[in-house]
Amino acid sequence: MSDSPVDPDEVRHVADLARVDLADEDVDRFAEQFADILGYFETLDEVPEVDRDADLVNVMRPDEVREGLTQAEALDNAAETDDGHFEGPNVS
Amino acid sequence: MSLNAFVTEERIEGADDGPLAGRTVAVKDNISTEGVRTTCGSAMLEDYVPPYDATVVERLKDAGATVVGKANMDEFGMGSTTETSAFGPVENPAAEGRVPGGSSGGSAAAVAAGEADLALGSDTGGSVRNPAAFCGVVGIKPTYGLVSRYGLVAYANSLEQIGPLAPTVEEAAELLDVIAGEDPRDATTRPEGTDSDYAAAADGDVDGMEIGVPTNLVEGADEGVVETFYDALDELEAAGASYHEVELPSVEHAVEAYYVIAMSEASSNLARFDGVRYGHRADSDGNWNEAFSKTRDEGFGEEVKRRILLGTYALSAGYHDKYYKKAQDARAWVKRDFDEALGEADVLASPTMPVPPFERGASLDDPLQMYLADANTVPVNLADLPAISVPAGETDGLPVGIQFVGSAFDEGTIIRAGSALA
Repeated sequence: MSDSPVDPDEVRHVADLARVDLADEDVDRFAEQFADILGYFETLDEVPEVDRDADLVNVMRPDEVREGLTQAEALDNAAETDDGHFEGPNVS
Repeated sequence: MSLNAFVTEERIEGADDGPLAGRTVAVKDNISTEGVRTTCGSAMLEDYVPPYDATVVERLKDAGATVVGKANMDEFGMGSTTETSAFGPVENPAAEGRVPGGSSGGSAAAVAAGEADLALGSDTGGSVRNPAAFCGVVGIKPTYGLVSRYGLVAYANSLEQIGPLAPTVEEAAELLDVIAGEDPRDATTRPEGTDSDYAAAADGDVDGMEIGVPTNLVEGADEGVVETFYDALDELEAAGASYHEVELPSVEHAVEAYYVIAMSEASSNLARFDGVRYGHRADSDGNWNEAFSKTRDEGFGEEVKRRILLGTYALSAGYHDKYYKKAQDARAWVKRDFDEALGEADVLASPTMPVPPFERGASLDDPLQMYLADANTVPVNLADLPAISVPAGETDGLPVGIQFVGSAFDEGTIIRAGSALA
């Protein structure tokens, strides 16, 4: 948790976690902008701790089978399918 | 020139009769329409055709409305100018050469230009009220839980609500009456909006109404905007309302809290776009991670990537307490401040936007400046409260909006306040 400006390696690391490829020029621009934006977010340090009254309740419904999408409808927007299944990229 | 208010122009006919029979509605393109593509203003969803209707679209059809198209928007609702759409920027029909505001800029422009009688937008941090103010129309951000989000493509689900845009307060209230109410498919909805008659509250009667003016949301605004705002307050005073100043110290931290929460939720919600079940899919021989990363690089625009990455950063190990937890504290503080101020006022009033509509391109290079423009609208989403933006007048020929904020589920009072002006 350093206060040092965000460096390009850190941007690459976060992009990797988020599964977003970034071009080198994007990495440099984001590094500059992130330093600005995160610096601004640090003013949150001035916020006092506040009690939160969570008046939350669980909303449940009966566990009954209901109508849903057909298999064809569910697959309709997929770029690649195989025998009624979604087809993803190779795992390794 | 063309406004570029719609991504897709297609008529969806509703029932033969109902409260909205004969009316046309533009629907923001992040609200699912069965059989009609829903892009969220993104190349990622350029060819996505939902197999079902959002609850609000079902209710529009049942009410007899005709949907005339899917309105252009900032990509996935991320922006304040409708310039981040993959389908090009929208023109502001009320101020040529300026942005229409965002992210529901297409919805507001369609109404302002008469290309639709009414419109639906979504408001995560001001995305209905901001374009309503910039285009000189009325926009309502309902209390969280009043309107179903089923079928709204999620960006920051703890903050966003679908809301109406219209030329007048009464028409916006009529549309809200149609879409409000509990929905078994969205467990965050509440029963308060069922069988509502908000339109009846648009009677312009503000006699005896007490208005709180948060000085923190007026100081620092553009001079012409402040002048127009106080002229509108004078008009309400002449109609029997009175106002007093209030302090809301927490709102000074609302913008940073809002963006930390919204970006964190965005990084989680937008993880679903990997090109496997729907959406753009990149050509890649790489493994799972490489293919996803290429798909997401190609499908998302710059502002979306920026927010996903910042959200991922804010939630990553070592930073959660520093950013996300602090932002939740700020959110609780904002709620408490608003509750206290509304204990001594019927509504709170401020300029909707601290500035008149920006010139095109002005804020794109400096994201932090764009984020700061939302300072008056984001506190309301953090506090889960209802708010309306109503035209207050003009400064140098540019539209200025006044915002009224009410207590939770007290839509009737903000509608009444707004109806005294428009």
